Amino acid sequence: MADLRTNIGGLELRNPVITASGTFGYGIEFEDVVELHRIGGIVMKGTTYEPRQGNDYPRMAETACGMLNCVGLQNRGVMYFAENIYPRIRKIDSRMIVNVSGSSPEDYARCAAVVDSLDDIPAIELNISCPNVRDGGMAFGVTTEGAASVVRAVRKAYRKTLIVKLSPNVTDIVSIARAVEAEGADSVSLINTLMGTAIDIEKRRRMLSIGTGGLSGPCIKPVALRMVCQVAHAVDIPVIGLGGICSAADAIEFIMAGASAVEIGTANFLDPAVSVKVVDGIDEWLDSHDVASVRDIIGVAE
Amino acid sequence: MAVRKHIRDLTVRSGEYIGERFVLLKCTDENAPLPPMLPGQFAQLRVDGSKTTFLRRPVSINYVDTSDNEVWFLIQIVGDGSRALARLKSGDSLNALLPLGHGFTMPRGQSDSYLLVGGGVGVAPLLFLGDRIREMGGSPSFLLGARTSEMLLEKDMFRSLGNVYITTEDGTEGERGFVTHHSVWRERRFDMISVCGPSPMMKAVARKACDMDMPCEVSLENMMACGMGACLCCVEKTVRGNVCVCTEGPVFDVKELNW
Repeated sequence: MADLRTNIGGLELRNPVITASGTFGYGIEFEDVVELHRIGGIVMKGTTYEPRQGNDYPRMAETACGMLNCVGLQNRGVMYFAENIYPRIRKIDSRMIVNVSGSSPEDYARCAAVVDSLDDIPAIELNISCPNVRDGGMAFGVTTEGAASVVRAVRKAYRKTLIVKLSPNVTDIVSIARAVEAEGADSVSLINTLMGTAIDIEKRRRMLSIGTGGLSGPCIKPVALRMVCQVAHAVDIPVIGLGGICSAADAIEFIMAGASAVEIGTANFLDPAVSVKVVDGIDEWLDSHDVASVRDIIGVAE
Repeated sequence: MAVRKHIRDLTVRSGEYIGERFVLLKCTDENAPLPPMLPGQFAQLRVDGSKTTFLRRPVSINYVDTSDNEVWFLIQIVGDGSRALARLKSGDSLNALLPLGHGFTMPRGQSDSYLLVGGGVGVAPLLFLGDRIREMGGSPSFLLGARTSEMLLEKDMFRSLGNVYITTEDGTEGERGFVTHHSVWRERRFDMISVCGPSPMMKAVARKACDMDMPCEVSLENMMACGMGACLCCVEKTVRGNVCVCTEGPVFDVKELNW
């Protein structure tokens, strides 16, 4: 048994494997098929201050080695979360992280302030990179000033670990990462989905209700890995790597690229129990290579 | 009723073509009894060996033979994913996440009369439903529609469970026309209409049932990714707002839908 503990911005995880927002519900949906206490952390569904209906159906299209989605942050609002969902998930023995979204810096901050009051939520992940909503979301994540303005507002309202999820749909992700670090982010997670589209050639129309969607799955892994390398070299805060991770080997690549932890997203749809298999696989790899701790391989790739 | 979800490596006992476009897969779990499943629930089948197929495929549970530890999936070949499933042979492994979703409302009393209306491959969950209704002492009737006689699936199985009424669009079997045209609607009333088939057909049947003031449930087939209520891709507009077909459905009371 290797030491799998890792730390992201003051928050210790029992292992570096986190399930990504929007792919694992609130965790409880998966408890029949996964031992939740064996997962390092669970980032729950995107949550906004006001309830949102999300976009119209169809919201997904399958692609080669991946999928597009345009869910659009459907959720019942943070008050509903605090009153009805939090009591059911607070005793799950994993790090339960809320993914927070909004339409203005103040809106993000209002939502974060509610989550701040929930004792068993040790961290939030700020979603400044959702490609599927018009008001806010990715709009903030594509400029350094937009990203900084959201983090600045939230930092005032939120005291615990603040992770900022970055968009890959930018010219220079490093400058965005540096901007959020300067505003007091404790960690950055990257990448969110890449904007794409798909066309039904028989119907001669785009497959998604809003035309475009976010691409996820193994097809985006090389892009994600490159960005994690770049950002990990440029910032001092811990980086969480995600984008197409399906196996322990994928996760180890991200860790060697500089990630202190990883998130598993779309792969949960293929195998709902994949996160625990990745934990076991990392452990086996470390043991078989005589590495005592997963922390010893963070950023070792030359 | 909530039943526990499982991930199982099933073993294919047989894969049998019905015509050129449909395949009936009969599977077992060689290591454990299959989990309890309810009519109207579905499985997410992993598609191995297809380069273009990424996601699992949601397939309704066609039939469960508890005494033989066997579950059936009736699959229409539409694209690469279903074609890969159709290639499975006896002895092959099939990874399934099951059972998923919320099934049909079962009869409260033995005397409840059910009309199960199926179109095309949509007949699949109705075999399991009819079988369980009969097991509870009821006598289900079936109204099956297809474009042509050859596309009527599992007809003999349905006949062993109850009255079978048939319509074909070309008149090659039963009454000519759509299921909503069948004379049974003029002759009998039912306590429940349970429907599965193409969306225009389900909407037409739902309208008819509502006009005749009979309760009606439909099984929806929205495209889905996870099947477990996590991705929120398969939503349907309802009186409660957008809800996931995979967890709140696939079976809905038509009064809940914005049809």
